This record gives sequence, C-alpha cells and structure tokens, in this order.
Amino acid sequence: MSSTLNVLIGLAMGLNLLALASGRVRSLISVVAVQGVALGVMPLLLENQFNWIVALVALGTVAVKGAVIPTLLRRAMRAAKVDREVDPSIGFVSSLLLGAGGTIAAVALARVLPLLPEHEGLLLVPGAIASVLTGFVLLIGRSKAISQVCGYLVLENGIYLFGLLLIHATPMLVEAGILLDITVGIFVIGIIVDRIQRAFDSLDTRNLTVLRE
Amino acid sequence: MNLVIAFIDVAARLAAWLILAPLLPGIINKVKAWVAGRRGPPVLQLYYDLNRLRKKSVVLSELASPAFVAGPAVAWVAVLGAALLLPLGPAGAALSFRGDVLLVIYLLALARFATAWAALETGSAFEGMGAAREVSYAVLSEAALITAIMALCIHSGSVTLVTMLTPAAGAGAALLGAGLFAVLLAENCRVPFDDPNTHLELTMIHEVMILDHSGPPLAAILHGASMKLLLFAVLLTEAVLPVGNLPPFAAAGALAGGVLIVTVGVGLIESLLARLAFRRVPLLLTTAFLLCLFALLVAWNGGAA
Repeated sequence: MSSTLNVLIGLAMGLNLLALASGRVRSLISVVAVQGVALGVMPLLLENQFNWIVALVALGTVAVKGAVIPTLLRRAMRAAKVDREVDPSIGFVSSLLLGAGGTIAAVALARVLPLLPEHEGLLLVPGAIASVLTGFVLLIGRSKAISQVCGYLVLENGIYLFGLLLIHATPMLVEAGILLDITVGIFVIGIIVDRIQRAFDSLDTRNLTVLRE
Repeated sequence: MNLVIAFIDVAARLAAWLILAPLLPGIINKVKAWVAGRRGPPVLQLYYDLNRLRKKSVVLSELASPAFVAGPAVAWVAVLGAALLLPLGPAGAALSFRGDVLLVIYLLALARFATAWAALETGSAFEGMGAAREVSYAVLSEAALITAIMALCIHSGSVTLVTMLTPAAGAGAALLGAGLFAVLLAENCRVPFDDPNTHLELTMIHEVMILDHSGPPLAAILHGASMKLLLFAVLLTEAVLPVGNLPPFAAAGALAGGVLIVTVGVGLIESLLARLAFRRVPLLLTTAFLLCLFALLVAWNGGAA
C-alpha cells in the first residue's frame, strides 16, 4: 500500500518538473490536472478500511482538479484569446534546475525531520515541500496570469499533501471546504484574466506594476 | 596457446563491431520508410556507400593541414577502442582493468575533438558553426552521460565496466534508461537534436562538419558514427538489463533484442517527432541530465537502505 502511495507521490514530483519545463500554457494546465488526479486518489490508499465520506471527497477532488478547474482555465484562455506560449521570466532550464534542486533538498530535509513512525517510509513530506517550492517558482517565474494560476494550483497540491499527514485528525469536511474555495478562486481568476486582457491587450502581469491613477 | 585464443577473441570482437555497426542506420532508415509508407533504401545501403567511398579519391584543400585526414582516422580508432572496452554480456570485454570506464568516456571525447578539429581545418564558416554546435551540445550530454556512469558505479560499487554493467540498474533503471536514450539521440545527432537528412547547412550539426570530407576519410567518419550508435545502444541495453548474468545464448538474444528495440525506437522517434528549435535543445538535455541525476540518487538511497 505504501509503495503504491510512494509511486503516486513520485509521479507527482515528476509532474512538478514537467510543469516547470512545459512551454505551452495548455500543456501546463494538463500537467497540473494530472497531478491533481494523482493526489486525489491518495486518501483512498491511506485509509485502511473503506469509508464512504473519504471516497466521496476523493471523488470530488478528482472531479474538480481533473475536470472542472482545467475546463474553467481552458475556457478563460479561449475567451481572453491568450497566446499559447508560457513566456517565462525565469528561463526553463534555470527553473527546471531550481525545481530539481528543491526536490533533492526536500528529500534531504525530510530525512532529518522528526516524523511519526507511521510516516517514516513515505514520501509525503518531501513531496509536499517539493510541490510547494515548485509552486513558488511557477508563481515568481511566469509572467502570464494563467501560468501563475497553475503555479498556485501546484502550491495548493503541496499543501494538500501536507494535509494528508493529518487525515486521521481533521474531518474530511475541511478538505471539501478547501476544494470549494479553490473552485471559486479559479472561477474568479477566470473573470480577472478576462479583465486584464481587455484592459492591457495582454495577460502579462508585469503591466500591473506600472498601474497609475 | 592462450595467446592464440586471446588473439582470436579480439579478432572476433573487432569483426563483430566493424561488420555489424553499419546495420543500425539501415534499420533506422527502413523503420522511417515503413512509417512513411515508402519502400526505402535497402538495409545494407551503408555497406554499399562505404564500399563506393573506399574506391573514390580524396579531394584535399590547399589550406588544410594533415589533421584534415588524420582527424577522421583518430576518431575512428578512438571509437573502436571504446567499443573494445565495452563488455558484451557474459563474454566480458577484450580488455578490462580498474577504471576503464573513464578511458571509454575520454576516448569518446577524443573522437569528438578529432572530428571537430578536422572540420575546423577546412576554414569553412559552416563547418566551424557545426563544430561549435556539436561541442556546445556535448557539454550538456557529457554531463548526463557521466552522471549515468556514476549512478552505475554507485549501484554496483565498482569502477570497472565489466562488473558495473553485470547487475541490473535496480529501482532507477527506468530513469537511467530514459536519460541514456536522450544522451544516445544527442550524441549520435539524431532527431530531435539534429536531423541527419537535412540539406540546409544552417541547421545541420554533424552533417555540416563532414561536408568537405570525401573518399576514404568520409567512409571512416560514416563508419565511426555507426559504431558510436551501436556502442551507445549496447551501453543502454546493458545498463538496463542484467545481460551479464544470463546464460550465453539468452544473453546474446537479450543484447541483440535490446539493441534492435533501441534502433527501432530511434527510427520511430525520427518519424514521429520534428527536430527541436535550437533554443529548446538545452532544456531537453538538462532533462536528460536530471533523469540520470535522479537515477544516481535512487542508487545512493538503495545502497544506504
């Protein structure tokens, strides 16, 4: 069971690097969607016996992160006629190296952290730290609003992985609430993207820094 | 008596490497033709080409120094030497000593240096450009290759090729295989790094370096390139599969099958992918380097746990 979980987290870490290397906005959205699905099925693997609330929340996570959010983002892209190139301000090679360095540092850091014995063999903590770092690099290093949203989603995936550590302590209702928040957040960002595009004729958020009365 | 057996052994290896190598480009071209729905050139086309080039005379530039002819010869001998150091499954290598893997890396680097030198000898701007590109890609692909070798070293706890390539690569085999395959494509100037069929000097890499060569030196370059392809295919197969532990016939089958799969894979990639824009190439090579780096870390962890 824990080896399946580790393979899934390893997949998510690989997808982190793929997200840093992808040059098209559409492929970035797909990578983030696949990562969301991979993380969504994890609660089912963590629970020892079948629990219908957990199953429901896992199903909701997979549906929202795998289908609803990508659809919203793609619709926003289509509506605002966003250019397909990602347009990085930190280059692909350097962001990839940053992400890889972060992943390695996360694995090294997790070894010295005092973890609970049941989390010792799992990649949960390094996976979470690596995803958070990747999310930061994407947020800082991409200039288009849509790619920054993808960075935010990767960041949220990392926090979600952290949350899985506490799956027995927190009610699943909290997870459901977070999921709802993200969906509404992406929905609102879709509208903002459209607004930015109309006001500046581009989605480059660097335009917003020179905003004046 | 022992000396005679050793002599026959080396001669058989030499013959195998020399005779089998030109098959690989033929297989790649056949796969490409098959995917495109063409009949394609015969599988033995490179043998005919080499035979034709052997009979031709050499056109020498007045500007070029003797290195113009010596370069291809040195490169050919260096690749052949590297090939003899590479073990062939349970049969082992013709020559094996502690640290021979370093010699293989340096022989491959020497071959590249000699080819680039011969290209610069012509004084042609195009060939200088090709040599510059070849060498700048090599910086990244060699880093990936050395990392892959280090992963194998740490996994097996040895710096001798025969013992390094005998056990399977373990948990990181998939990572290592993918990384080494990308290195193979870059080192042998295949799509998506370089297009061997292109006829535009501005976009060529390997092909533009050999534009001014003719006759037997060109034959040596083409044959050396095919041997290098076979060398990398064998290295990739042995790094991923535990060929050394199998009984002789199964090992020969596994080795031949692995090389064939790699060759067909190269052909398929060449048919289905377009070459990358130059500015995207470092990204792919960095990815290959990272794949090998993660294989190295997995080997490290596997040894500790």
